[in-house]
Order: sequence, then structure tokens, then C-alpha cells
Amino acid sequence: MKKSIQELEGIANEVRVSIVKMVHTANSGHMGGAMSFADMITALFYNKLNYDPKNPKWEDRDRFVLSSGHMCAGLYTILAKIGVFSEEELWQFRQLGSPLQGHPKYNLDYGIEMSTGSLGQGLSVANGMALAARVQNKNYRVYSLETDGGSQEGMVWEAAMLAAHYKLDNRCVLFDYNNVQIDGFCSDVMDLGSVADKFTAFGWHVIEIDGHDMQACCDALDEAEKIKGKPQAIISKTTLGKGVSVFENKSKFHGTPPTDEEFAIAMKELGN
Amino acid sequence: MSLNIATREAYGKKLAALGETHPEIVVMDADLSGSTKTNVFKKAFPERHFNVGVAEQNLMGTAAGLALSGHTVFVSTFAIFATGRAWEPVRQSIAYPQANVKVCATHAGITVGEDGASHQSVEDIALMCAIPSMKVFVPADAHQTMSMMDYLIKNPGPAYLRLGRAKTDQVFDADYVFEEGKGTILREGTDVCLFTTGFVTKAALDAASLLEDKGISASVVCMGSIKPIDEDLIVAMASKHKVLFSVEEHSVVGGLGAAVSEVLTSKKPARLFRLGVQDDFGQSAPYQELIKHYELDKEGISRQVLTKYSEL
Repeated sequence: MKKSIQELEGIANEVRVSIVKMVHTANSGHMGGAMSFADMITALFYNKLNYDPKNPKWEDRDRFVLSSGHMCAGLYTILAKIGVFSEEELWQFRQLGSPLQGHPKYNLDYGIEMSTGSLGQGLSVANGMALAARVQNKNYRVYSLETDGGSQEGMVWEAAMLAAHYKLDNRCVLFDYNNVQIDGFCSDVMDLGSVADKFTAFGWHVIEIDGHDMQACCDALDEAEKIKGKPQAIISKTTLGKGVSVFENKSKFHGTPPTDEEFAIAMKELGN
Repeated sequence: MSLNIATREAYGKKLAALGETHPEIVVMDADLSGSTKTNVFKKAFPERHFNVGVAEQNLMGTAAGLALSGHTVFVSTFAIFATGRAWEPVRQSIAYPQANVKVCATHAGITVGEDGASHQSVEDIALMCAIPSMKVFVPADAHQTMSMMDYLIKNPGPAYLRLGRAKTDQVFDADYVFEEGKGTILREGTDVCLFTTGFVTKAALDAASLLEDKGISASVVCMGSIKPIDEDLIVAMASKHKVLFSVEEHSVVGGLGAAVSEVLTSKKPARLFRLGVQDDFGQSAPYQELIKHYELDKEGISRQVLTKYSEL
């Protein structure tokens, strides 16, 4: 049962609250990117992904690979919210023995499709899953989250070439372009230029959107699904740390937990 | 019937044969299918063979995705690229999530020959052994290769199979059955024990005959399974011989010699000399000349053993 845009926006806000709480509780972790991606991940899991939270090993499921593994607070939150595991477990994030490791550890019981964390590998892995669908004559789609900093890794472009070469139209990249990486703005550190042009040149169908416009996120996912013969890339222009004024656009909040003061500001601004 | 073919040749043939009875097998290559011999499988099952072009990191990542979606994946390129260029994806995307990918790398060691150092991996065993949970198997001949592959099919999980370019002499019979963590005593002696693996195994056996003529009785133990390694056998051999040697077509850093040493130091301290490439890069030459140059032919091995033995 699909959610309305308004409902999705509400959920995305809850996701942002959860991300900040998880990282604050653990006093460790990455908020910024998870927050910029919160809208798209909500749209994907609630209104698009062919997935059964009570049967995360269902062979015909759509897959989602979080290539940019540090954004996992968002992924874990969504998986808990849709019912793959209990939301109580979110507070064990990054603790000894928790399945919710600092960067995703492959565990289908928790809906985690792949171990990621070292940037640049998820696009390849997701391609492999898409190729498997072809070999097995299955119709599932494979989505992966890619980022600007992560796409500075050359392996990403090896994989981009492959997806187009093999005409993997069951592949969709969700590209979160917030233009911030650890050492500053991407445009200052290592400019990616037009990612849309790059994916187009690599033979992909490209859709560019405002990544915080929930309607646009949903429309883009719908459009992508209809494309035949080409993999799709939805390039979302986003803001790192979206939703909290003191986090927005600050590279520090790629991976630094909030102080108690900053946490209080965040909860207030997110209406919690 | 003897099978004097390169281990890569045996691999190619066996893979295609396995493809008949195992529909879950998928094979991947990086523009080297003619050399790695995955082209034999490709000819028989084109819809299950994927070439990624010259992109070895992508090769490994894609293989991981296929494996996590239910396939047994055999992935091939040259050893230097498989374990060097693509080390991190092998570690992160294959080993860490325990993806059922068998990294079967050919052209390992100096027997690559004329292509020279850039293509001669003398570090691949070290690189693969260092990865937690990665199994590392090194066949000496065609029969051992094929039996290792039977084993790999039956035992899901990440593994490294080290294959060579050059023709091998037969060491094992057709009825040989490989088991992980188990070495094979090929020759029993009393003075020295040569632990060997892969291509140089036959030369080590021949060296043992030469040593016999010089009054040194040598055991030869083939360690096809480097990780896990046959610790009991190592301890047993250390107990029965005056001095031990390791012989490999690999650097003396981090390979078979290191693996045997790791066992000895805690379980049965003994004197072990490591024969192999002495922390050096390879170079261009016909492979037989390289083997002789790096003293890994039967004369070179027996000479080194004789020298060390007489210094004791």
C-alpha cells in the first residue's frame, strides 16, 4: 500500500531524527550523508522496492546496496521502520556484538544486502546481483546508492561501463550529490563536474532532481522503472545534514557525532 | 595416462566439465579468457560467462554480487592483477561477506616467463593468506588442480586457487583426492625434509634423487593446501629430520615458507631454510631459464640443500 507524499515526508523526518539519535547515542558515526539521502531512501523503501520485510531472503526481492556504507544509520532506520527488525536494536548501533555495525555487514536476517564501507565497490556488486537476475530469468530490480566522494573511486566507472555494456535495465543508481566530502566541498577537493553528463556518456538513462522534493523522488523512481535497454541513474541534488541548520553543508558532520548541545538543536529543529 | 599440461589448462577443461552438472556456476574474466582458459567454459555456456574487460576490481565486485545472489562464481585473471590490483575488493566484497567466489588466478609466479616482472606475481600467496577466512590452494599438476576444483564446488566460501602458465610434470595420479589442511608425503627420507608446493614440486622430487646420490636422504612433502595448512604433518616432519626446507615459485616472504615457519615456531621449533625467489622481482626470459636462474630447478634445489646441510 503506497504512502502519500505527505506521509513520506513525515517518515523521512522521522528517519532524520533516528539518524541523529543513533549517532548521538553511540557517540560515533556518520549523520551528514544519511540525512541528505533520507528522502530518497524513504521513497524507495515505502513506495517502490518490491520487498517483504518479513521475508528478507525472498529470492525475487528487489535489492538495495548501500554502496556508501557510512550512510548506514539511515538504512538501518528504514529497515527497522518497515519491520525487518525491532527499532529497539537501533540503539545498539556500533556496539560490540551488534548486527548493526559501523559500516554495513552482510546479514540478510537484518535486510543488509552487502558488506560495504570501502567506497566504490557497491556499484559493481549491485551489477553482479543484476546479472544474476538475468541468468536466473528473474525480474527483480537492483538499486544502489552512490555518492559524489565515493564516485571519485575509479572502480565506480568500471562498473558504470559494465552496466551499460550488458544493458542492465534492472539497475538503478540513486546518486546523492551533496557536494561535501571529508576534506571539504567536492568541488574544492576533487571536482566531479557534471555527474549527469558522465553517466549519460557512459550510456545510462539519467534523471536529475532536487533530492529533497519527495514528489520528484517518487516520479523519478517511476520513470526509471520504465526504461528498457539502459541502466538508470537518478542524480539527486541534496544538502549534507539536511534538516538541521548547524549540520547543513558542514563537512565536519560527514562523520562527527553531535555534542549534547548540537543534539538538542537538532531535535528541536526536526520537531522531536 | 599422464597429464603433462599446465594447471591453467586443467582448470579450463575441468571448469567446462563442471559447468555441465552445475547450472549454478558462473564464470568471470577480465579480457584474458584465452590465457586463463575460461574460454573453454565460455564456448560451452556463453550465457554464464561474463567478461568485464581490463577492470580487475570491478571483476571481483561483480563476482561478489553474483555469488550473493546464489551462484558459485569462478573468477579468473592473472595472479598479479587478481591478488594485487584487486586485493581490496577480494578482501572487502568477497572474503568479508563470505561470498562463494573462487579466485582462480593463472600465470602465477616466475614461470610466466618473457612478459617479465610486471606480470610475475611472487606475492600472491602472501596476499591471499593474509585475508581472514580465505582458503589458499596451490596445485602441483593437472590431477591436483582438478581434485581441488571438485573440493571447491563442494565447499562454499571464498577461496584462492593458484594456477600457472607453464606445462607441469605429473605428480599425482588420477585417483588422488584433495583435502584441505592435508599435505601429501611424496617421498620418505630421514635427513632433510623438503616442503614444496605447486610447479616446483616435480623439481623437488628430482632434487631428492640427486641428493640421494650425494648421501642425503630427503623427504618431499607437497603442501597443496597452504591455508589451512597441515600443522600435524609439519610437526611430524620437524620431529623426524635434521633440517627442513621450503621450496616455492614465490617470494620467500609470506608464502609457503612463512606458513610452515608460523607453525614451527609455536609448535615445534626447527631449522627451516626458505628456497624460492629471494625477495626479488622476476624478469623476462623463457621460463625454464628463469627457474634455473632462481635455483628452483632440480640442480638448483639440490645444490642449495647440499650447501646448507654441509654447513650444519
